Amino acid sequence: MDKVSLVAMASIIGAGLAMGIGSIGPGLGMGQAIAQALAAIAQQPDERNSLTRTLFVGLAMIESIAIYCFVISMILIFANPFWGHVIK
Amino acid sequence: MEVVTLNQISPDQVIIWSWGFIVLNVTILYTWLVMAILVVGSWLITRNLSSEMNTSRWQHFMEVIVSIIRGEISEMTKRGPDHYVPLVGTLFLFICTSNVLVIVPGFVAPTSSITTTAALATCVFIAVPYYGISRIGILHYVKEYFQPTFIFFPFHVMGELSRTLALTVRLFGNIMSHEKVIGILLAVTPFLFPVVMQILGLLIGVIQAYIFAILSMVYIASALSAEEDVHGELKKEGSPA
Repeated sequence: MDKVSLVAMASIIGAGLAMGIGSIGPGLGMGQAIAQALAAIAQQPDERNSLTRTLFVGLAMIESIAIYCFVISMILIFANPFWGHVIK
Repeated sequence: MEVVTLNQISPDQVIIWSWGFIVLNVTILYTWLVMAILVVGSWLITRNLSSEMNTSRWQHFMEVIVSIIRGEISEMTKRGPDHYVPLVGTLFLFICTSNVLVIVPGFVAPTSSITTTAALATCVFIAVPYYGISRIGILHYVKEYFQPTFIFFPFHVMGELSRTLALTVRLFGNIMSHEKVIGILLAVTPFLFPVVMQILGLLIGVIQAYIFAILSMVYIASALSAEEDVHGELKKEGSPA
């Protein structure tokens, strides 16, 4: 197997693994956060506005982990820095 | 109409016109378009404001938007929202407009380019020390970086830098990923699913604009949180007992 196809294979498999494994944790975390926020809103409907705002901010924080994985897999596919070494 | 093809990650790569070192790419063009829509639209609406009973419907629309933004901001800061509405409201309106206009065919959201989102996050990065220093003075602001001991100084600086990076990548990743998902779905299941995903994309675009504005307000408010301590100390020193 030559170098080019090795780099291509490693990049594509790495992108898939990064996205697949990387979204497990944020998925679990976001589910937990939404469940707790729904329970809190059901207990105290008056505090709905501040609870929703805090929920959104927290979801954005959790989600950014999954977004990092996504950006890394996009870099591996579209803007791979290792192509320069194998394609002259 | 396809401006950015599927194998291009950013609209920066689509160059419309170039002369010497001046390059006009799609991002700059649509940023100008969004700015023009916002400026001309608000100029047209605020040209003849009235406080009569029968105001125009556009004025009602504008009043609703402005009062919602002011309400959200004043809930987060103890003081009035007047200082923060120009920055945070502009960020929200710009991001929201450019995300919602995606439904127009041929429009590419400028927020799907990492350069635009990096510029917006840099504005927040500069605005945080600006508001902090103008509120509590440079001495108290710098002192915050050395709390609780001086060892924590590099961690505070790293926190500022990494949250700017997080702001950049979050907005860029969300908007760009939706364009790519819709592009892939158009190739796989053409008719119904891309439309449903596009509706979901509108929702996500508005939520991302809200999150960007709220997070920048949270960062600014965290720089101001020392203010209460300063006033508390002054009161303690000033009180006789």
